[in-house]
Amino acid sequence: MQTPNRRSFRVALVALCSALALAAHAADIGQVKVAKGTVTIERGGQSLPAITGARLQSGDVLKTGADGSVGLTMSDNSLLSAGPNSVLSLDRYDFDATTSQGQFDATLQKGSLAVISGRIAKQSPDSMKVRTPSSILGIRGTEFVVSANDD
Amino acid sequence: MTTSWPLRAVVAAAVFALTACLGGCYHSGLVVLLPEKDGHATAVEVKQGEQTYVLDKPYAATRQWPMGAQAYTSDAKEVEARFGAAMAAQPMRAKSFTLYFLEGQDEFTVESKEIFETVFVEISRYPVPDLVVVGHTDKVGSDPFNDQLALRRAEAVRTALIARGVAPVNIVAVGRGKRDPLVPTADGVAEPRNRRVEIVVR
Repeated sequence: MQTPNRRSFRVALVALCSALALAAHAADIGQVKVAKGTVTIERGGQSLPAITGARLQSGDVLKTGADGSVGLTMSDNSLLSAGPNSVLSLDRYDFDATTSQGQFDATLQKGSLAVISGRIAKQSPDSMKVRTPSSILGIRGTEFVVSANDD
Repeated sequence: MTTSWPLRAVVAAAVFALTACLGGCYHSGLVVLLPEKDGHATAVEVKQGEQTYVLDKPYAATRQWPMGAQAYTSDAKEVEARFGAAMAAQPMRAKSFTLYFLEGQDEFTVESKEIFETVFVEISRYPVPDLVVVGHTDKVGSDPFNDQLALRRAEAVRTALIARGVAPVNIVAVGRGKRDPLVPTADGVAEPRNRRVEIVVR
């Protein structure tokens, strides 16, 4: 037998969990698939550990330490991976999975980055840009590496 | 005085080399286009100040010096030395499986039931798998009808995957309608190979 109290607790818990899942789901643009050494996600003034499986949001900044590297899979299947001492901002990311239209702007402030572009760049060649302090890269496809302000 | 020219040339070369090294043993950025595994054409356009370079050959590269950019051809050795750690952290590429449907329905063909089983083997190879189920239709019917049918097919496959133990939070279902046919046809053509769902594991 369940007391009404326990039942309402369970209902509340389920509601909370689905709300959290929905909130996480709505904003997800990609996921950390590989994380080695020190890696953090800077988000809204907070510094979160970038563990394998962590979900990404537009505006996130990934930072790797001297022993760190990180690999991201975005929702359009593009792959981005940064080596040690890197700062990578996911400035803007929009992707409509039905039409394949979108916009992806990222900035490598320093360090090294390897990229395999995905559906956004394939659908429209002007829709993916990677910036460094000295350059703007327009991505027509597909696989390239870029470094910036190397130490 | 023709005899002094070789000497002047040597001095000029030495001065040039020294300046180049003082400024240039440091350069602030590098871009290299890598070869494609399946060999199809790709390109990256690099804008540095007023200059634009189009990198469209394997290992085509630019590097940024304090005095400006320079185009050159890199190689696998330089890429490994400078980007080895970044490339080692690259996630596994997405892998896609295609399942086919009976006309106008959200039920698999017999062959596709077998392919569905192989998806679970693939999922186990990924450290943190997430799945996208993409529904497609043939070109019979209107856009709104096909968008709905495509999404319904994708949702049916998503439900089947969840029933087999994949966490709901790790599967997204989307419908592409008739926008992305496997076999291009005129509008209104019934084509079984276009009535499909892709399961993308990544």
